[in-house]
Amino acid sequence: MQDKEYVGFAALPNQLHRKSVKKGFDFTLMVAGESGLGKSTLINSLFLTNLYEDRQLPEASARLAQTLTIERRGVEIEEGGIKVKLTLVDTPGFGDSVDCSDCWLPVVRFIEEQFEQYLRDESGLNRKNIQDSRVHCCLYFISPFGRGLRPLDVAFLRAVHEKVNIIPVIGKADALMPKETQALKQRIRDQLKEEEINIYQFPDCDSDEDEDFKRQDAEMKESIPFAVVGSCEVVRDGGTRPVRGRRYSWGTVEVENPHHCDFLNLRRMLVQTHLQDLKEVTHDILYEGYRASCLQSLARPGARDRASRSKLSRQSATEIPLPMLPLAETEKLIREKDEELRRMQEMLEKMQAQMQQSQTQGEQSDAL
Amino acid sequence: MSKGLPEARTDAAMSELVPEPRPKPAVPMKPVSINSTLLGYIGIDTIIEQMRKKTMKTGFDFNIMVVGQSGLGKSTLVNTLFKSQVSRKASSWNREEKIPKTVEIKAIGHVIEEGGVKMKLTVIDTPGFGDQINNENCWEPIEKYINEQYEKFLKEEVNIARKKRIPDTRVHCCLYFISPTGHSLRPLDLEFMKHLSKVVNIIPVIAKADTMTLEEKSEFKQRVRKELEVNGIEFYPQKEFDEDLEDKTENDKIRQESMPFAVVGSDKEYQVNGKRVLGRKTPWGIIEVENLNHCEFALLRDFVIRTHLQDLKEVTHNIHYETYRAKRLNDNGGLPPGEGLLGTVLPPVPATPCPTAE
Repeated sequence: MQDKEYVGFAALPNQLHRKSVKKGFDFTLMVAGESGLGKSTLINSLFLTNLYEDRQLPEASARLAQTLTIERRGVEIEEGGIKVKLTLVDTPGFGDSVDCSDCWLPVVRFIEEQFEQYLRDESGLNRKNIQDSRVHCCLYFISPFGRGLRPLDVAFLRAVHEKVNIIPVIGKADALMPKETQALKQRIRDQLKEEEINIYQFPDCDSDEDEDFKRQDAEMKESIPFAVVGSCEVVRDGGTRPVRGRRYSWGTVEVENPHHCDFLNLRRMLVQTHLQDLKEVTHDILYEGYRASCLQSLARPGARDRASRSKLSRQSATEIPLPMLPLAETEKLIREKDEELRRMQEMLEKMQAQMQQSQTQGEQSDAL
Repeated sequence: MSKGLPEARTDAAMSELVPEPRPKPAVPMKPVSINSTLLGYIGIDTIIEQMRKKTMKTGFDFNIMVVGQSGLGKSTLVNTLFKSQVSRKASSWNREEKIPKTVEIKAIGHVIEEGGVKMKLTVIDTPGFGDQINNENCWEPIEKYINEQYEKFLKEEVNIARKKRIPDTRVHCCLYFISPTGHSLRPLDLEFMKHLSKVVNIIPVIAKADTMTLEEKSEFKQRVRKELEVNGIEFYPQKEFDEDLEDKTENDKIRQESMPFAVVGSDKEYQVNGKRVLGRKTPWGIIEVENLNHCEFALLRDFVIRTHLQDLKEVTHNIHYETYRAKRLNDNGGLPPGEGLLGTVLPPVPATPCPTAE
């Protein structure tokens, strides 16, 4: 009797789980903000790696002429049988120069390029192994020394907030006393609202969770932006158990102590509970938004002619409009394709004319 | 150095024009026998005491400028240095604060008294420095202000009827606040100090130093010192102005080991070991501002106020001001501003910032 009622698809999550464990999981995290805010240390602390070991910090005089670069570092982390391929995107040089006008443009371009690549892959013929190099999350570091967001912060965030999930953090938060931290967080939240910057919204927890969990969840959400301290050094504080922290003459900051900083909150929300959601939001909302605006712009007058011509030509490979490439390239490509289409149409017309001729000739010869 | 001005000031030793000679420690000189034997105690050593009395009566001016990005604790530090609210903090946390679009210069004067000595302290704030997206040439308003003060002084000096005590608004000391990134100086720091170290005494300080551990602090300081040296930036006390060996050894130690001072400022007091101390209270401990194991605030204070205050004024007057004056006179054909050749009176030359010698 029981066997008849039990269909068995409740086992689906397990199947998905097994499949994803086999497939592995990839995630691209961008880290942005002025230099010297503890970004590298925090990443190393979050993922217990030493990604920046061979890094050379340039001197100030070298940085005078430096433009912003985008650096990618990949690391494979395995835990509990699950493999994560983590790609870190760094933006050294951001905010360093005397004149930082438009210094965020290369970052915006980079994010868009990943979308373009995905769009092309998605529209292509072979979709089996699409590599997802889209940026799933951007940790933006705010200085604890300022009075909130600086003009550069605002400019950067406004340029990227519709294209990537932003999680704002306050770096080197051990510079602040508790009251100062609270005031700074409030100020940043107010500024984000004023400037209409959309940061990543952690989804609400299910209504059937218990009160404790809901309270914890609410507390974590209220602590955004996260005030973090990073460290890869283990200190033994006065004979007690060893902790990861920073030792000063007046005491030791413990990275994993929730009374000292929000590191645990950030790690929990970023790594332990919302990794998948970040990917989903990137795909379902940010990428779709990009794709829609891309395709809409293809519906411009010039593009419409091309689209209609491609409908006429039975030789066109696909009926989906060409995915967008960088503008100069796109124009060139469009021109080349136009040429091709014209030539093919001419050939078609010639062939049709010939066929007509031979048909009428044939009819004539038949009639005779 | 140009000695174009008439030697009328030799006797008026107590006027503000002649900076007082650096007070040697107040040990009465033993009678020196050179050619003749002094028959008794004359009492010329009491000149020190006389000078001291005069200073107490007249008081003295001190003008200190603070430069650095907003939020580095400039106002708090100055208030801590002079133990009074001499610098109005830009805003409390609750109020809205608009970062000015261009660098503003705000000078606020206070009279502080201690031990019968009156000091007219002027704190010159520079809000807006380094806060914009594009900070090109944001040091220009500052350079202009400094030169304007030199110009003011010069105009008073060349007057026929001079004031007994020319009001001194020249910037004696410029505290430059370096952000404690732990990496190196920022390009803006270099640009500012390159341009301004030739016109004013710059004392670089590392702000909010409670974010660095001891090792990080010492590594950062070394890197900063090296970068300044490589870029030819001479901060105060400048090597070339050391007067004698005693100065040189004392200053060498400060230049090569202590500076830039890594400071923490605070206007709040906490109870530590039964004493009330100025500090910052965090969940992991209390940072005591005046504790040398915690930060170098006490070193900065002693340096600027207790040992080198007078020297800062002297270097400003004898060197920076004289350099400005010489350039101005050269530009005007060796004549004081306002006079042309053959005694004709030219319209006053507008105070242009002097091209700094590179």
